[in-house]
Amino acid sequence: MSDSSKKVFGILAEFSGSDTLLKAAGQIRGAGYSKFDCHSPFPIHGMDKSMGLGRSPLGYMIGIAGLAGLLGITLFIYWVSVLDYPLIISGKPLFSYQAFIPPIFAITILASAIMATLGMIALNKFPRLHHPLFSSEQFRRVTDGGFFVSVEADDPKFIQAETVALLKSIGATNVEVVKSK
Amino acid sequence: MSSSTDQSGPDVLVTGNPTFESITESVCRIPEAKTPTAWKVMFSTSLTLAIGFFALIGYLFWEGIGVWGLQNPVGWGFAIVNFVFWVGIGHAGTLISAILFLLRQRWRTAINRFAEAMTIFAVICALIFPTIHVGRIWVIYWTMPIPNQMYMWPNFRSPLLWDAFAVGTYFACSFMFWYVGLIPDLATLRDRAVGKIKQVLYGLFSLGWRGGNRQWRHYELAYLVLAGLSTPLVLSVHSIVSTDFATAVVPGWHTTIFPPYFVAGAIFSGFAMVMTLSLIARYAFKLQHIITQKVLERMNMIMLLTGMMVGYAYGMEFFISWYSGNMYEQFAFVNRAFGPYAWAYWIMISCNVFVPQLFWFKKLRNHLVVMFIASILINVGMWFERFVIVITLARDYLPSAWDYYSPTWHDIGLLIGSFGLFFTMFLLFLRFLPMVAMSEVKAILPQADPHAKGDAHV
Repeated sequence: MSDSSKKVFGILAEFSGSDTLLKAAGQIRGAGYSKFDCHSPFPIHGMDKSMGLGRSPLGYMIGIAGLAGLLGITLFIYWVSVLDYPLIISGKPLFSYQAFIPPIFAITILASAIMATLGMIALNKFPRLHHPLFSSEQFRRVTDGGFFVSVEADDPKFIQAETVALLKSIGATNVEVVKSK
Repeated sequence: MSSSTDQSGPDVLVTGNPTFESITESVCRIPEAKTPTAWKVMFSTSLTLAIGFFALIGYLFWEGIGVWGLQNPVGWGFAIVNFVFWVGIGHAGTLISAILFLLRQRWRTAINRFAEAMTIFAVICALIFPTIHVGRIWVIYWTMPIPNQMYMWPNFRSPLLWDAFAVGTYFACSFMFWYVGLIPDLATLRDRAVGKIKQVLYGLFSLGWRGGNRQWRHYELAYLVLAGLSTPLVLSVHSIVSTDFATAVVPGWHTTIFPPYFVAGAIFSGFAMVMTLSLIARYAFKLQHIITQKVLERMNMIMLLTGMMVGYAYGMEFFISWYSGNMYEQFAFVNRAFGPYAWAYWIMISCNVFVPQLFWFKKLRNHLVVMFIASILINVGMWFERFVIVITLARDYLPSAWDYYSPTWHDIGLLIGSFGLFFTMFLLFLRFLPMVAMSEVKAILPQADPHAKGDAHV
């Protein structure tokens, strides 16, 4: 097993529904595993807690991007309207900030939205065109109606036979060893 | 298995006791099936109109905007009417996808995907009109603060610049929101794809989605934030569009009621367009169990509400013009209702104020034919609302400057052509992408709830 474990990516096991998957997540975590994931066709409420995951850092990233957008566009408009190209229009002061609210607002929203999208893509390490799990035929059902757990071989607690036994004992079916290329 | 939609209680969001697999099947079979003949007919018609649209734009660039019916008092004609009309259509998509998401209105999952698609395509149509209106198309980049050879910068106090920022941001945010929502469903199509080309293409755009909770947690937060960011856009974009008018010292335009009035009208017309499209899609693709009678009824209720808000705005405008004691304001409104464009005004009133009153009756707001015809009439009415507003220009202060505006064949051709472009894009979307947000519909099924007691799984 020791020489073949190099090629093993991990173990994939199917569960019957969202409730059993949620319970399994807690049990696998309770057994000391950290490098595992629960796959489902839709997000399951309470799964983050069950898997012991905290809040996504994406919120802070978006907040920073939004503030940067706000500050950047405000400074840019100030530089354009007061320093580089001062024009008196309808007798208003050069920095008539009230009239600058619409572009400032738009750019703040735009910067945050771009970070929300690209940040999510980056945190998930997307785009990823190949993944060992894609070699599993049954894993195709994960985007249809299948519920799966994958435990990675990199996990310090991972011992193939024991992990398989654990998964089977908590109600997994179709347990499969997934090899990476 | 009950297929009757009338027996479903208020809590049943998807009728017919579907399983996760049956949801996948009923949505995915549409892009996977052989191209239906009806689609080919509709697509070739739309594509012809869209090609005509671009040909007319080419002619416009060659010849200049003199080919339009614009003249001296009426410097804004069909192009601006069409612009405001198409931007307005988009707003319902954002309302459904963002505001109803934040309010946890779970019935929205049936219609949000194609309402969002509708938004994007409508905003594309909208953006074309002010772009081609500038006349000197080759200097369109002047609307954006881009360094140029003249060392000039645009005026950040101008509503026209606000427009470029607001609508540009609106398009970008709507597109990102739509694409992020599509990722899990594209993965479904990838996993079901049989041909190599389909596998590669859907695989490319689904970015390697594996449905793991480590992905869902970032994904859900991104989706929530995008919804939160899109929410103020529903209110801000059309408010800013309305300032194009409201900051001008034209009687009938220079009013503070314009931003809320435009936003209500936008949502009203957008829901009417979603209704038209969903009735067609529901019928053509047999999605009655997902786009249920309840969803349609609720959309009709929103149309009734926003229609009343629009009607209130028409009344209030009239009242304030009288109350202001300003003779030019008073004339502008009396002239709208009884002047040379009275026909347009009364089309607007009939379609936007009278037609939605039908939805007070439960029988009528559940009647498919009634709601289909009403949704089309409402869109006709909302186009005329913008026409009535723009055409106020024809008679402003001095009678010696008055004139009567008539569109040319080119104006009318562009209006028809823009519908061709819209439907071309929409039909491509229906053919190649999942038109219902499968992962979201699955999440609202009773068996999706891990905390549910009892056997909900039939």
